[in-house]
Amino acid sequence: MENALINTNPGAIALNEIPVVDYNEFYDRCRSLLQHEQNHCLNYFGWPDGKKIRYFCLIADDKQHSIYVLSHVQPAGKTIQLKALSAEITAMQVFEREIHEKYGVDFTGHPWLKPLRYAFNRYDRSKTPTTYPFYSIASEELHQVGVGPVHAGIIEPGHFRFICNGENILHLEIQLGYQHRGIENLFVQHKALLQQAVLAEQIAGDTTIGHSVAYAGIAETLTHFAEPAPLGIIRSIALEMERIAIHIGDTAALCTDIAYQLGQISLEPLRTTVINTMLEWCGNRFGKGFIRPAGSHYYPDKKFLTLLRSNLNDISERFTEITARIYSLPGVLARFEECGMVSNEQVRQIGAVGMAARMSGLARDIRISHPSMAYKDTIISSVTFDSGDVLARGLLRKAEVIESINYIFRLIDQYNSLTDNKNLPEPDFNLSFRQNMLAIGLAEGWRGEICHTAITDDNGNIIHYKIKDPSLHNWMALALAVRKEEISNFPVNNKSFNLSYCGFDL
Amino acid sequence: MLREFKILRRHGIQYIPDLRNAKVSDNLTGRPVIDKAITAEEADMVKKVCPAGAINASPFSIDMGKCLFCKECSFMLPNRIRFTNDYKLASNRRENLIIRAGEDKPVQFSHHSVRPEIRRLFRHALKLRQVSAGGDNSCEMELNAAGNVNFDMGRYGIEFVASPRHADGIVITGPVSENMAKALKMTYDAIPEPKIIILAGVDAIRGGMFKNSKAINREFLALHRADLYVPGNPVHPLTFINGVLDLIGVK
Ligand code: SF4
Repeated sequence: MENALINTNPGAIALNEIPVVDYNEFYDRCRSLLQHEQNHCLNYFGWPDGKKIRYFCLIADDKQHSIYVLSHVQPAGKTIQLKALSAEITAMQVFEREIHEKYGVDFTGHPWLKPLRYAFNRYDRSKTPTTYPFYSIASEELHQVGVGPVHAGIIEPGHFRFICNGENILHLEIQLGYQHRGIENLFVQHKALLQQAVLAEQIAGDTTIGHSVAYAGIAETLTHFAEPAPLGIIRSIALEMERIAIHIGDTAALCTDIAYQLGQISLEPLRTTVINTMLEWCGNRFGKGFIRPAGSHYYPDKKFLTLLRSNLNDISERFTEITARIYSLPGVLARFEECGMVSNEQVRQIGAVGMAARMSGLARDIRISHPSMAYKDTIISSVTFDSGDVLARGLLRKAEVIESINYIFRLIDQYNSLTDNKNLPEPDFNLSFRQNMLAIGLAEGWRGEICHTAITDDNGNIIHYKIKDPSLHNWMALALAVRKEEISNFPVNNKSFNLSYCGFDL
Repeated sequence: MLREFKILRRHGIQYIPDLRNAKVSDNLTGRPVIDKAITAEEADMVKKVCPAGAINASPFSIDMGKCLFCKECSFMLPNRIRFTNDYKLASNRRENLIIRAGEDKPVQFSHHSVRPEIRRLFRHALKLRQVSAGGDNSCEMELNAAGNVNFDMGRYGIEFVASPRHADGIVITGPVSENMAKALKMTYDAIPEPKIIILAGVDAIRGGMFKNSKAINREFLALHRADLYVPGNPVHPLTFINGVLDLIGVK
């Protein structure tokens, strides 16, 4: 029996075309697929279907641009034991933890079977954030530092537990879940497409566009909507604008953390210009309201495109000038270079995606491997670095800002040269979805790979919705980065990743 | 050194000189204005579409404490509903956030109902502790921006501080997730009296899209009365700053 395959992004497959195999067979298939370098797991989750739970594992093939769909079924409502895939494929640990938390599956041989986010519908309600089993080392030499959930700044909550030897961090454990809002379930509760679209904008507000295009992909693939070129172009521009804004803002924040004030104050207004350009386009600095299923309210006119180009030109010049200075100062380099290194082997092991993979030479990028929107026809070049330190993360952001700006310039030219810009579709909230399907939408947000999955029932209603923010994998990269670092280097490492709490907690 | 000067010269003057009357883009999505001629059928139609349940059909009104500013109602009825760029949306009374058909006036601020100690003590310096309780990080980023080189609310002595012990009040974002309910209460309890509560953003004010989620616990907000409601999705820095200035009595 062959594995089921989805060949497009977004894409869908009928539920009855996905073969259900027994667990041993599932295990072997997953293991053999995941041993190839070009494959990695996008998501692995359960769907409670009456008295049983059906599990789906989605594995991306970066070379073939396709997605394998594997499935097994287990009884619901009781604790069962399964052999952990994580014992051999470490990157699976986070998915198996989630399944363990939600459905009580006891994964034998799992290296780290701990609570993930304390979802309200977890299997064992007696487990709460206050009973989290932190890793500890019995030693009189070592001490622990606990930080959070409320941090010293305007930032989302999470708990960080450091085990330190003097000033040096031996181990960091990150406990999340405080932001859990039950958002996946709301995609099922709210049947109206507009409600689902605004929910997607709130999965992680700093990735409004990234998550929204993943949802729009799901809605459109479930209705066979063919995205016209101009729509794909403006969505891609918005996605790159989001990347540019955050990367500039995070570079400013990195400067703040090392007290390089000129860097901070000169970059902050550049980010302001980027998000104010979004406001000029759609009324909202974060692009909330911009992405809607099956069309857009915001096809730009010539005047806006001219403004966009001139703002980006200005930003590009100033950003280049400032960052050239930042990354040539010995005081900056001394703080960033060889600080918080994560090796290529480590990022592979933990299944890092996006920026956190590319900083260490792992070229994972949905815009290249599973392109949608404008990325299908107009290739963007994906930037990678090798050193995996704070400097690599900083330089990666710098390079991506410039690449994204140039990419937008090309898209503006294309948009202007399109002749069939008449009768472009407006958003449509009255679509009915195909029945009994599994649909998937992927996007490369500024942090990395975003994966949405929906399952529809006999009436075409969404009965299960699954979201993966890149932070699900990448928090582990931060925990690894700060090992052996001085604890005072934690902030600069944290900022260099800038991971999402709400995106992880859902 | 020379290169630094060059960067600074290009940087120029970035701050907004008058935060009370800052000019913003016409396209900013601010206070809605509704034509009083809106018909019952039209009202019904947009009420059905509104994702947030922010619309009351008769008499017709939009509740900015629930509104996501998605503008879909206005796309549907462009001649009846439009969004102005008026960013002064905050008020100390929840009911002042409701915009009725036929009204086109600034959002009311009920100065007489501000607790007198707020103005006596915090007029020249107000230190705030922010707690995100299920916020999506967009309001949080905008609150950060309120202190950046562009908005610089520090000029009024308004600042976010690290410890609740140093704070005069709390700014809550997010619908208050069950898993954060305890930490929110502990943070609030740690702030010395007298203290204020500010709700920033649609999620905090009424729970937004999350109000019926089982993962939410809004008990804290049932027990405590907020001193300021700041609408927005997310709140615009100017909306926040102007709301706070109204609250502490800065002209
Ligand atoms: S703009 Fe506000 S009132 Fe209008 S549809 Fe959206 S949420 Fe409802």
